[in-house]
Amino acid sequence: MSNRRDFMGMALGGFTALGGIGALYAMKRTWDPLPSVKAAGFTTIDLKDAQENILVTEKWRGKPIFVLKQSKEMVEKAKKSDELKRLIKIGDEYYMVAVGLCTHLGCIPGYDPANESFLCACHGGMYDGTAMVTKAPPPRGLDIPPFRIDGTKLVLGEEGPEYKKMLADGTTMKV
Amino acid sequence: MAHFEKANSLNEWLDQRIGINTLKKVMQSEYWIPKNINFLWAMGMVLAATFGILLVSGIFLLMYYNPSTDLAFDSVNYTIMTEVGYGWLWRHIHGVGASLVFLIIYIHMFTGIYYGSYKRGRELIWISGMLLFVLFSAEAFSGYMLPWGQMSYWAGMVITNLFSGGSLHADGLVEWIRGDYVPGQAFLGRFFMLHVLLMPLAIIGAIVFHFGTLRLPHVNNQDGEEIDFEESARLWKEGKVKESKVIPFSPVFLSKDVFVMGVYFILFFYLVFYHFEFAMDPVNFDPADGLKTPTHIYPEWYFLWSYEILRPFPTDPGLVAFAIAQVIFFLLPFLDRSPNVAPASRRGLFHFWFWALLIDMIVLTFMGKLPPEGIWSTIGLVAAITFFVLWIALPIITKFEKKL
Repeated sequence: MSNRRDFMGMALGGFTALGGIGALYAMKRTWDPLPSVKAAGFTTIDLKDAQENILVTEKWRGKPIFVLKQSKEMVEKAKKSDELKRLIKIGDEYYMVAVGLCTHLGCIPGYDPANESFLCACHGGMYDGTAMVTKAPPPRGLDIPPFRIDGTKLVLGEEGPEYKKMLADGTTMKV
Repeated sequence: MAHFEKANSLNEWLDQRIGINTLKKVMQSEYWIPKNINFLWAMGMVLAATFGILLVSGIFLLMYYNPSTDLAFDSVNYTIMTEVGYGWLWRHIHGVGASLVFLIIYIHMFTGIYYGSYKRGRELIWISGMLLFVLFSAEAFSGYMLPWGQMSYWAGMVITNLFSGGSLHADGLVEWIRGDYVPGQAFLGRFFMLHVLLMPLAIIGAIVFHFGTLRLPHVNNQDGEEIDFEESARLWKEGKVKESKVIPFSPVFLSKDVFVMGVYFILFFYLVFYHFEFAMDPVNFDPADGLKTPTHIYPEWYFLWSYEILRPFPTDPGLVAFAIAQVIFFLLPFLDRSPNVAPASRRGLFHFWFWALLIDMIVLTFMGKLPPEGIWSTIGLVAAITFFVLWIALPIITKFEKKL
């Protein structure tokens, strides 16, 4: 009766495989970030009190977020170098908002207000006031976190139309 | 019910029930080791003993260690180091042991490469040994996370970032591995689990497998000589100990091992008591801080060579090079096309290849520690390229090797 044995074998094997797949799925889900971690992935920052050319560091998803309100001269400079698209416009004011991790190896650059530039101490990379890279080794400017404009506030972690436009035209990478 | 006679001794009682005499024969008194070996053949048992010491010291550390991002740093640096009686001893043994276990693994590996102990029936010994190397690497890395200092945090950040695959930007995978956007509680918890349970279990299993792969092909000897083990065993058992080319594993070979272990443990405990600081990076005595990066991020010495293979290349080729370097040693039995099982010194170009590889890996190790600037990054790049040239050359030079 080898047919009966084959059937038993296949039935047992099939259900065992099914259970195995189920168990693997449960294990994968256990290893997933918790809902509370996901929920904490949204941070609202208010740009109302930001002052020109003074760097403010916020925290989003455990990463430092640089906020730099641009002065009139800085905006002019950005216009000339065609980097206005890196800035976030709220009312008549322009803000640089970026993840404060060097795009080279992830160190945190320091800001020098006198020269309106960032310097990364690890390997000497430099960025201007719009966080565009001006000196290698970093491959690109600081990444801009996903944001949605809400009055004078920014909701970090949500993708608003302004952010989607930046993604589409390659101004920033997804972080 | 099977038939049992009354036993006259404990040994007989056990033999009736679990065949202890057969077990002893197979594993010890009739497991034959060639006489023609040197102290390098003791490294396997030295490794087993070091693993035992890591296990024991780990058990005592585990009792006061606290796998929470708020408490981990203090539980190690304050509670274990200053409050727990002799807590410092377990920590220093554990740290020094983790470092030395890699030194011995490398010696063990290069001994095998030198004497050709990975071919002609010994392929699985080599592959299971490499599997152990990978498992020990995972064990070392996960353990390095636990004190939750600056180096723990940033090494965790950088190493998990490797899984984004460079331009693939698989950030979802990285976040899945961490269980968070950056290393946090979920990360520490799962690496704690890996370090104290899953990896040690896998290591113990792989050690058993490694021993198993050794039993039929037997260990190699200094001349790569093919030994008739049955004939030699017969001579030994007949009392012709001098004529026999082999000795039993226990107690004869083991007593040689114990001597080498004795010398090794003098070094081991000298380091534990007087120079433990070499295994304790000063940067890791600052608590983890996600908003401050250390100036230089580098791994422990035993990972430096592969780190240096990653570093001098641009992101994507660097990752590919790194991935190849991690697995290339597995392929050694198949990339060596020569049938010769002999010490490298009798194998022509292979002799040069062996020393070139060893020196290249030492150079990579030193360059990995130095900052990637000026002449150092050039030397690092040349050494990294040399590493791959050597592996590409291996099948060619061994193909044309003269048969001994």
